[in-house]
Amino acid sequence: MRSTRTVDISTGLFVLLGFAAILFMVTQITNRGFSLKSDSYRLLAAFENVGGLKPGAPVSMAGVTIGRVEDIQYDMKRYKAIVTMRISDNYRAIPNDSDASIYTAGLLGGQYIGLTPGGSDEPYKDGEQVVMANDAIVLENLISKYLFNSAATKSNATAAPAAQE
Amino acid sequence: MITIVREFVQSFLTFLERVGLLVRFGLRLFAILPSGLLRARPIVEQVYNTGAMSLVIIMTCGLFVGMVLGLQGYDLLTRFGSEEYLGTATAISLLRELGPVVTALLFAGRAGTALAAELGLMRATDQIAAMEIMAVDPMRRVVLPRFVGGVIAMPLLVSIFIMVGLFGAQLVGVEFFGVDSGSYWSQMRGAVELSDIREGLIKGLVFGVACSLIAVFEGYNAVPTAEGVGRATTRTVVISAVVTLILDYILTALML
Repeated sequence: MRSTRTVDISTGLFVLLGFAAILFMVTQITNRGFSLKSDSYRLLAAFENVGGLKPGAPVSMAGVTIGRVEDIQYDMKRYKAIVTMRISDNYRAIPNDSDASIYTAGLLGGQYIGLTPGGSDEPYKDGEQVVMANDAIVLENLISKYLFNSAATKSNATAAPAAQE
Repeated sequence: MITIVREFVQSFLTFLERVGLLVRFGLRLFAILPSGLLRARPIVEQVYNTGAMSLVIIMTCGLFVGMVLGLQGYDLLTRFGSEEYLGTATAISLLRELGPVVTALLFAGRAGTALAAELGLMRATDQIAAMEIMAVDPMRRVVLPRFVGGVIAMPLLVSIFIMVGLFGAQLVGVEFFGVDSGSYWSQMRGAVELSDIREGLIKGLVFGVACSLIAVFEGYNAVPTAEGVGRATTRTVVISAVVTLILDYILTALML
């Protein structure tokens, strides 16, 4: 039988290692290591179309993540999607005429919200709505627009020489 | 023909009886759980037996599972020119599936068999009967600490397995094949959600409960002969593996 001291030390080592591994997983391999619940404030934005935006998507300014999308609701009165963002308290001084746009990271990447700072001296307050919101670019719309445009120009092009003759 | 049907019905009834016994055994265990938790000393010893003693095998297997993931993932992803997603692929597959499942299978093989053999031998050498005669409840004294120790050890083993696996994949992907170390970790960070980690830990806990329960049940109810102890050990591994994989499907469907 091993001495109780050896058992205790190895058990302690094992448990510590286990918790270190959990801590490593939570802080090192996710983005959510820092808590946004306690020291953060909310911003709202009303979009016509949020595309594939999902709760948890990053909110960034100049490419730096400053918060996350908390919630997406549909407003039946205004027929718009209301996006609630949680912004870290470190970024309190966002000018209150900044606008929000939905961008896509890479060609097939996830969507995120980018804030572009305005020139106002007054910052946004907690729960305020962003003055201007630019919608997500829906790839299907773009493609169909491009296809129909090119079809229209092509039919024009074939029609024009006929008219000239 | 009739004999075959009768035997089939017989074995089905035996199976049902085992399941019923297991449920009763489990309920009994949970009923005495609060009083058993007060005696910390035997639980610590069992965490040592099931957890600390399994550390080496868990870490070795974790390293090699991670390295295989790195190798296979690199080979597959490099065809699409997207080997920087290696970190994401490895992390998600380890967190959600491979970590808990492989750890549970190893746990059943390393710790479960030890528990079953120990309890089975106690049964075969009448130690359990002796305790009952001395008015010591063997469930409380012997079975419960082993069960609780296993349940505590499993999630910790799963986390250690996953962490070592991630470094194993990094070893192959980054050090051997030259995937950029920064994009390995940052792509992983961008894609892994806290819910993935939660899924892994919940699975680890559930598998821990299932495997420990099966091990102590089979050992405690072993036929008190040398052959019976051997049978109990074998059944522990087989039933644990099957139950783990079935539970894995159910849990994945629930949490997806």
